[in-house]
Amino acid sequence: MPGKTLYDKLWEDHVVHTEEDGSSLIYIDRQLVHEVTSPQAFEGLRLTGRKPWRTDRNLAVADHNIPTTDRDKGIADPVSRLQVETLEKNCAEFGITEFNMADIRQGIVHVIGPEQGATLPGMTIVCGDSHTSTHGASGALAFGIGTSEVEHVLATQCLVQKKAKNMLIRVNGKTGPGVTAKDIVLAIIGKIGTAGGNGYTIEFAGEAIRALSMEGRMTVCNMAIEAGARAGLIGVDEVTIDYYRDRPYSPKGNDWFMAERMWQNLHSDPDAKFDKVIDIDAASIRPQVTWGTSPELVVSVDDKVPNPELEADAVKKQSMIQALKYMDLEPGQAITDIKLDKIFIGSCTNSRIEDLRAAAAVAKGKKVASSIKLAMVVPGSGLVKQQAEAEGLDKIFTEAGFEWRDPGCSMCLAMNADRLEPGERCASTSNRNFEGRQGYGGRTHLVSPEMAAAAAIAGHFVDVSTWEKEVRQ
Amino acid sequence: MRAFTQITGLVAPIDRANIDTDAIIPKQFLKSIRRSGFGPYLFDEWRYLDRGEPDMDCSTRPLNEHFILNQPEYQGAEILLTRENFGCGSSREHAPWALEDFGFRAIIAPSFADIFYNNCFKNGLLPIALPAAEVDSLFQELVPGYRLTIDLAAQTITTPAGRSIRFDVDETRKYRLLNGLDDIALSLQHADKIREYEAKRAKRAPWLFTN
Ligand code: SF4
Repeated sequence: MPGKTLYDKLWEDHVVHTEEDGSSLIYIDRQLVHEVTSPQAFEGLRLTGRKPWRTDRNLAVADHNIPTTDRDKGIADPVSRLQVETLEKNCAEFGITEFNMADIRQGIVHVIGPEQGATLPGMTIVCGDSHTSTHGASGALAFGIGTSEVEHVLATQCLVQKKAKNMLIRVNGKTGPGVTAKDIVLAIIGKIGTAGGNGYTIEFAGEAIRALSMEGRMTVCNMAIEAGARAGLIGVDEVTIDYYRDRPYSPKGNDWFMAERMWQNLHSDPDAKFDKVIDIDAASIRPQVTWGTSPELVVSVDDKVPNPELEADAVKKQSMIQALKYMDLEPGQAITDIKLDKIFIGSCTNSRIEDLRAAAAVAKGKKVASSIKLAMVVPGSGLVKQQAEAEGLDKIFTEAGFEWRDPGCSMCLAMNADRLEPGERCASTSNRNFEGRQGYGGRTHLVSPEMAAAAAIAGHFVDVSTWEKEVRQ
Repeated sequence: MRAFTQITGLVAPIDRANIDTDAIIPKQFLKSIRRSGFGPYLFDEWRYLDRGEPDMDCSTRPLNEHFILNQPEYQGAEILLTRENFGCGSSREHAPWALEDFGFRAIIAPSFADIFYNNCFKNGLLPIALPAAEVDSLFQELVPGYRLTIDLAAQTITTPAGRSIRFDVDETRKYRLLNGLDDIALSLQHADKIREYEAKRAKRAPWLFTN
């Protein structure tokens, strides 16, 4: 019998029942809940008179609608406020733990899960949010679900699923200077396309992935969904286990030793069979910048905006033309000539302590260009914020002219007051550059935290790998 | 959930790949705590010339006359014909809610994003993936007034010329959709198995059962 992939192992470990056509009832170990995709699920429970199967397996937090300034004044927008209050009421009514806006542990749902040890290796994890794929970085099977499924998990602690196919993406060798986890994953999406992972669970492996910290691995898995895969995975190693030692919800005492032993098996067997394998040479990856309105429309920073006339596929060519129009860019324009209006450092992709350290290292002792209207740093959680302040990162940012905000999703999707105005151009560390994503008519370029910080200082994109050298001289 | 058996419906084409959920229903409408009423805001940024806000009265908003769903010959469309990777992006079930509320019953495309595909079935909306060449030929055949018949039980689409196209769908999903069944009730039939699973697992991984 061939060996098993990590996905096979996680799947088999959670099957409760399988139907003849292969759809299975799988057990869910942790559900994360936020205010946007849960109200109709709780309403469904109320309408049918159902109770949660297990309250203790759910953890809730409000993040999408939360203001990042003047928290003590509450939420100004009445519609946002009602949604956040509805979450609080629902959690109180059904007995679910919630970190509210005043709690230091509040933050973006995908940042607080690992931070608290509420999402652990070997678990199945769901949330009504597509970036739940983030948690796969810990060797857990984690994916986003819709609101009907949120209700289903609340009521049964299970989900009906069909097993996906196995894909392995190996990033071989070492990355060059200025190349981060974000650049790796953007380069992968550029290569396989936003539909490349449809129907698959993607395991990321190879030397360049192993070399990443947990934070970096989360950045990679966060964007698996942008490659079309519901779940991304990275096998457990010492980095994973060290990360989870002594987290508030991590197992304690003898349970910890049991868990550690179990987790050490959470990797694909050497002879495991994958349906598809893709190899990427880490050394070939340069800092990445998206130029279009889909994450797959991405190039290296030292490249030029591509020409749709050179694209043979008619459907792709049409999307490129639409994207250029929306983004107000010309084919052949150098990426480093693109000037920015706003800078956003944050989101569940890049708002962890390591991201902020990296951005601060670039910004240290410099000033945001006068042409930039707003450069903001939004930590992923209250605890990330606290840690960053203890390290003096907030000072570095504010002295350079960045705004230092309170945690939340913020301008990743602009459901709160933070947004782009029509026509404004933003270098953003988030994960989606769709039309209107950061505000109606706004234009988004996805980059790493280092690249965003450097663009803030220069006022336009710069190649952070060579630019840092110039500055150091 | 509304059952889906057979429909003969007007087809509206949107010739564009990678239509994401932010385009299907922009995020400001996700602030609603209700499940209905999203139809008027479907494709909001493409459909209207002004910026949409929740609870706006859409009957007085300026329409983008070039957008296909605003053209008189496509009023009352029930089937959406579109390109690959439809519904990519977020997990928001508001996307199928908006499509369904607008009046769509089925979507035909070469491929769909996984979460969106799954969400459709929970809402009586049938997503049909056909080979790209087949979708291409439907686009070419399409003239205003073009109607298709979709029969879920037989898994066929019939064109006005009488050509029949077969499509695939999972047995379980088909059964649930044909009968408009509540997923939760069906899963709770296995309550004993869930408890058995929990008891076994609690021995191997007690930390998942202690806090
Ligand atoms: S930060 Fe952005 S992508 Fe992440 S959960 Fe919030 S809105 Fe979604």
